[in-house]
Amino acid sequence: MTSQSLHKRTRQTISQILMIPATLAVLSAGGLIFALVADGLWDALSWVTLSIPIALLVICIARGRS
Amino acid sequence: MKSGSKSLRRWSWVHKWSSLVCTAFMLLLCVTGLPLIFHEEIDELLHEQVAASAVPEGAPKADLDKAVAEALARFPGQVPHFLIWDRDDPSALWVSIGKSLDADPSNNRLARVDAHTGAFLDAPDFTKRFTYIMLKLHTDMFAGLGGKLFLGLMGILFCVAIVSGIVVYVPSVRKLQFGTYRGGRPRIVRWLDVHNLAGILLIVWTLVVGFTGVINTWADLVIKIWQFGQLAEMTAQYRDRPPPQRLSSLQSAVDVAAKAIPGMQPGFVAFPGTILSSKSHYGVFMRGGTPLTSRMLKPALIDAETGELTDSRNLPWYVSTLLISQPLHFGDYGGMPLKIIWAILDVVTIVILVTGLFLWLRRHRSAASVSRFVRLNEASIGSKVSS
Repeated sequence: MTSQSLHKRTRQTISQILMIPATLAVLSAGGLIFALVADGLWDALSWVTLSIPIALLVICIARGRS
Repeated sequence: MKSGSKSLRRWSWVHKWSSLVCTAFMLLLCVTGLPLIFHEEIDELLHEQVAASAVPEGAPKADLDKAVAEALARFPGQVPHFLIWDRDDPSALWVSIGKSLDADPSNNRLARVDAHTGAFLDAPDFTKRFTYIMLKLHTDMFAGLGGKLFLGLMGILFCVAIVSGIVVYVPSVRKLQFGTYRGGRPRIVRWLDVHNLAGILLIVWTLVVGFTGVINTWADLVIKIWQFGQLAEMTAQYRDRPPPQRLSSLQSAVDVAAKAIPGMQPGFVAFPGTILSSKSHYGVFMRGGTPLTSRMLKPALIDAETGELTDSRNLPWYVSTLLISQPLHFGDYGGMPLKIIWAILDVVTIVILVTGLFLWLRRHRSAASVSRFVRLNEASIGSKVSS
């Protein structure tokens, strides 16, 4: 299926592919739990961690458009 | 390699069909869920509410028996099912009133009373409200328990689609950097990039909100199991006793419960004979003070004849699971910023659903661009957009 030229591109291993998604998953899970623990600082921690995926989505698409 | 591509094809099949079956319902859930995140704000905006009396902080609370009597006076011949403390507004109490004790509580009227004076405030008809219609569409599509369980099944398929989506994601991005969006490429490639990227970024949130939604559809069943399990056990010695002729004081029942469970405050009271208590008891459900413990209830059963404590136990794990899955589904436990984040993530989920649907719809029409794309990105993509 693959053409010759493509063999030169680097293929990532599964762990390379899933490294960032797994990190984000841990952060998101934390974000969901933090706000349950207490109000105030814990809420803020939750807002920050849950905003990371949204920010990344915006950044990646903005970068790809330019 | 051969067996790998075979199992990948299987996962692609699972991803395609679990998504296709649930997509229409998931779109309904995401669209109706969006205003529900802000249901309090919307209700406040659209509907007038009688204000409770302004009192200085720490002012004494009204006698609960008097408060319930005030509410009942507006509904002659009807009976109280529950007395509920408003989590967000300590100045008001809600009395849930039904036609009879065995009437379906979901048809109850809710009367608001002033927590400090005990005076009746109002009894809004929720069933005409925009938020109520959204809530019904969101929970059971106006189709009762059947509709609820059906939507739960769609939620399970949604979770299956997410997990299988992760499996097919891995080979499809083998040669791409994380977060690649190929803005200059044909529309179908851009859709696929958005679908992959948003999907992988939101895994945890979609799984948690999806699965806690599924658990919520089982609420009626969980309550039934608790009724015939722990509740029946706690009130076993009352089984053959006739229900009390005259009910003891509600206020003193709540006081007894508060004394038995120090450090917690009353969340709601189930009157004798309702689904959350026995025919002989007030079920006083106490809650804690943090976002988590305020959802975790602990019931104290108060003999409605003598006014004495019969038993108090922690709820079994299956009820606790249901209770904890509610805030995680609603997103109402971290202030307005969390609600806004919930709304944005909900909109992104709609984008994932729509791009997924478009990718499937365009699988033949854009066969040319697809085949070119497949050549560039290995066969894995093909199973997603074609087959």
